Amino acid sequence: MTEEVLSRRFESYGEGVPNLDPTDLTGWLIVVEGTDGVGRTTHVDHLREVLEREGYAVAETGLSRSDLAAEGIKLAKEGNTLGSNAYNLFYATDFADRLERQILPALRAGFVMLTDRYTYSLIARAIVRGADPDWIKSVYSFALKPDAVYYLRIQVPDLVPRVIMNGGFDYWESGMDLPMGQDLFDSFVNYQTRVIEELDTLAGEYAFETLDATRPVEETAHDLAERVLELLRKRAHTDEAGSTGG
Amino acid sequence: MSIVPGTYGGNRPDWPGRLFIVEGIDGSGKSTQLTLLSQWLRSEGYPVVFSEWNSSPIVRETTRHGKKKKLLTPLTFSLIHATDFHDRVEREIIPFLKGGAIVLADRYVYTAFARDVARGVDPRWVRSLYRFAVVPTRAFYFRTPLEVALKRILSGRPKLKHYEAGMDLNLHVDVQQSYRMFQARILQEYEHIVDEYDLTVMDATRAIETQQRQLRKAIKPHLVGLRRELEEAGRD
Repeated sequence: MTEEVLSRRFESYGEGVPNLDPTDLTGWLIVVEGTDGVGRTTHVDHLREVLEREGYAVAETGLSRSDLAAEGIKLAKEGNTLGSNAYNLFYATDFADRLERQILPALRAGFVMLTDRYTYSLIARAIVRGADPDWIKSVYSFALKPDAVYYLRIQVPDLVPRVIMNGGFDYWESGMDLPMGQDLFDSFVNYQTRVIEELDTLAGEYAFETLDATRPVEETAHDLAERVLELLRKRAHTDEAGSTGG
Repeated sequence: MSIVPGTYGGNRPDWPGRLFIVEGIDGSGKSTQLTLLSQWLRSEGYPVVFSEWNSSPIVRETTRHGKKKKLLTPLTFSLIHATDFHDRVEREIIPFLKGGAIVLADRYVYTAFARDVARGVDPRWVRSLYRFAVVPTRAFYFRTPLEVALKRILSGRPKLKHYEAGMDLNLHVDVQQSYRMFQARILQEYEHIVDEYDLTVMDATRAIETQQRQLRKAIKPHLVGLRRELEEAGRD
């Protein structure tokens, strides 16, 4: 009975990973989404501490951290020579490698997999850079549906001071490859406005849990941790009910 | 929500150039035919550009790394080759088609359709992955019986590479046996693709010069109205 409950837990958005048996994935897949500079890393670090204190084994991953493609993406960005669809697919390659070689093994081992951005940010960025929305979504349709997606939502006026305090405007995070304005600041504002618009759309489409990230960091962090713990406890009840029932 | 993918085959832009591509399993002789075709077209004064599979310098390093360390799965194998393909199309194919050149490609999207599906990737997903690729002016499939192709390859080459032989699929512990089984699967996929995308079938068991004559004859009608650089021709 337990196995039956668990086996229904993970599915893909479309045709899944080739040759994948999803029945042995017993962990949790928790995604933290939000635009550049919103403070995701801080929140993921905090969440990890809280979860480990509660006795959960935690693993982490985030964009361009794959063994396969991280180095290639870095080189491509330095030269800024790849076409936009090739870029999108390079990131998809990175994601697929992390899904198969980091996320799935962690889920098989019963870990809580904390994911600092998932396919959604990649989809949003691709759309802002002109990719066909249906196409890029179908590229990523092999992705597993996470247990929950927590969307740290912020608007550009609140984002700007955070970014300035954390070292200023990054070339890519300002969409300067496009570019979308006369200088770094203008391009940052226009680009981030578009990215947030796309994330907002995806939030509805993929049923994100939205958190107001304009609040003080501690408050948002506390809110996030509470929500995740509640989800994990609910899941634990389901498992226990399942095993006693069987 | 469930995602239903779109598919390849709709992108037929009205550019002045022409795109001819050859497909077939290893040992089908397609590359030889394409080289001969290219020489003829050049001597006729046409601006010709050659594009090979797996030729993007930035992505190549990642593919090499993935192959060397055996990191690639059917999914990442498919995606890294799609990345490379798109880079190659954006850099090497589209600008020349817009500029009125003849682009010759040794393998195209159909290689991915055949090879990735032979590895277990979903056929609809991979067709969606390549849905914006330009449909060639004409695509030729060099049909070869498996044994003929295997003989050509296995007699000439000492060592088959891991992914080339499909060793990642655990079909057989012996590299040559695995290669045979993998090529058989690819061949089967090509046969579906020929009908699906109306590829022109060439009998690759015939004499090289006979095939070349047929190829030139098939291409000739598509050259009408194409601009020639006569100076180039004069230099030959």
